[in-house]
Amino acid sequence: MNVLPPVKQGKRTARAKVYVGCGEGTEPVSGKTLVTIKGVKDGLIFLLDDRCEWESLLKELENKLNRHGRQLSGPAMQVRVKLGRRLLDENGKEKIREIIGKYGNLLVESIESDADIPPVVPRDNLPLYRMTGIVRSGQTVEHDGHLLLLGDVNPGGTVRCTGDIYILGALRGIAHAGCEGDAEAIIAAAKMMPMQLRIADVVSRPPEEWVSEDSWMEFAYLRDGVMEIDRITQLHRFRKEATLAKGV
Amino acid sequence: MGEAIVVTSGKGGVGKTTTTANLGTALAMLGKKVCLVDTDIGLRNLDVVMGLENRVIYDLIDVAEGRCRLGQALVKDKRFEDMLYMLPAAQTKDKNDISPEQVKAIVEELKPDFDYVIIDCPAGIEQGFRNAVAGADKAIVVTTPENAAVRDADRVIGLLEKTHLASPKLLINRIRPSLLKRGEILDVDEVCQVLAIDLIGIVPDDETVIKHANQGEPIVMNPQSRAAIAYRNVARRILGETVPLMPLEEKEGFMRKVRKFFGMG
Repeated sequence: MNVLPPVKQGKRTARAKVYVGCGEGTEPVSGKTLVTIKGVKDGLIFLLDDRCEWESLLKELENKLNRHGRQLSGPAMQVRVKLGRRLLDENGKEKIREIIGKYGNLLVESIESDADIPPVVPRDNLPLYRMTGIVRSGQTVEHDGHLLLLGDVNPGGTVRCTGDIYILGALRGIAHAGCEGDAEAIIAAAKMMPMQLRIADVVSRPPEEWVSEDSWMEFAYLRDGVMEIDRITQLHRFRKEATLAKGV
Repeated sequence: MGEAIVVTSGKGGVGKTTTTANLGTALAMLGKKVCLVDTDIGLRNLDVVMGLENRVIYDLIDVAEGRCRLGQALVKDKRFEDMLYMLPAAQTKDKNDISPEQVKAIVEELKPDFDYVIIDCPAGIEQGFRNAVAGADKAIVVTTPENAAVRDADRVIGLLEKTHLASPKLLINRIRPSLLKRGEILDVDEVCQVLAIDLIGIVPDDETVIKHANQGEPIVMNPQSRAAIAYRNVARRILGETVPLMPLEEKEGFMRKVRKFFGMG
């Protein structure tokens, strides 16, 4: 079962500065080394600056290799290139391979970029998508974030989203919450009579695994990887969020 | 200017053709000029159910391809003077030999001359369905109180909602009161809850329907049958009358009531 890594604060703002591909960028940062070469046990690591202009980065890389060319000659060495948060397409990566490849003893083992990893958005910040209507047989509603459906999901219909699913109506079809692996996601429905429930990669179907009492708004959640159903009034025990209710 | 109504269902065998034939006949009996259009190309049945099979000369494809005029292809039902006509489907071609635009053009051509154009849709949701739906102004979705039929009806309603036919009406066909009483089939409320569209009628299962269909005589012509009354009620609702849903249980006879009174029932 996939468990999401802990959320790092401020990661989203940092990501905003990532620029895509080659070409435009910010001014070269003067005085800062754009290319850092580190020696490690099993080879070299090239740390490339992720904020400077692409062209000046390539120039700097070439210069550095020229200057240190003699030091770098010798037995074959594995090189790992780290791009930081810069996002590169295949052309860009090829360019880097080409420059480093001029030195016969340097073998580019990998080119890594942190930008390839999608950012983890805190679940409270996921957008809530509200829709009305009936999801009928053969229809699928997909959404990134939480979904609030004012209507029914009929047998044969599917709703799927990366966050929670709240249905103010009857859930008779399939609901898949946390479809990208969020095991904390829940499925809540005013009338819980689903064909199948899925949270993250756990699939459950009534009635063997759980029995639902009718006429209560209920929610499904995962406890130790097992799907359980409870009344919506019990949700606060599962989600320990700050309560906003005021008064005595 | 008449109104075109498509009778569709998704699943086969729920009674689309029977419904088309009977609603058309009932409307004709109520004094409306009706044309039935069979779009089930390759598997035409409507002419058989109507008992007009031996009078088919041209068909829908002939009209679409210009081999004859529309008027030449229409088969007149002599039992209803000048009120009921039928446009048969071709038996030798298939559904892809005609386009939704062509069907729409033919229906548009029929509408000024008739009060109602009732289109019999083939089973399925492919080209044949798209053809049938193209020219319609309204839709009636036929289902039976079985899970499989309701599932398919739901699928079809979903597809209809994406077209101009946004609010189809529901007809629940072949309800067997004895099974209903024992809770072995879905009841009307359950079906309506799932499908969530307006109900236009419920028709009890009636063995005489099959006999009549085999004889080429729509059941509505037999006023004794409960299915006939149900179909007539639907026709009256199409005309805008408010008709209560018929009770599904057979009325108790006088003698039975007497016996029940004395505790012998």
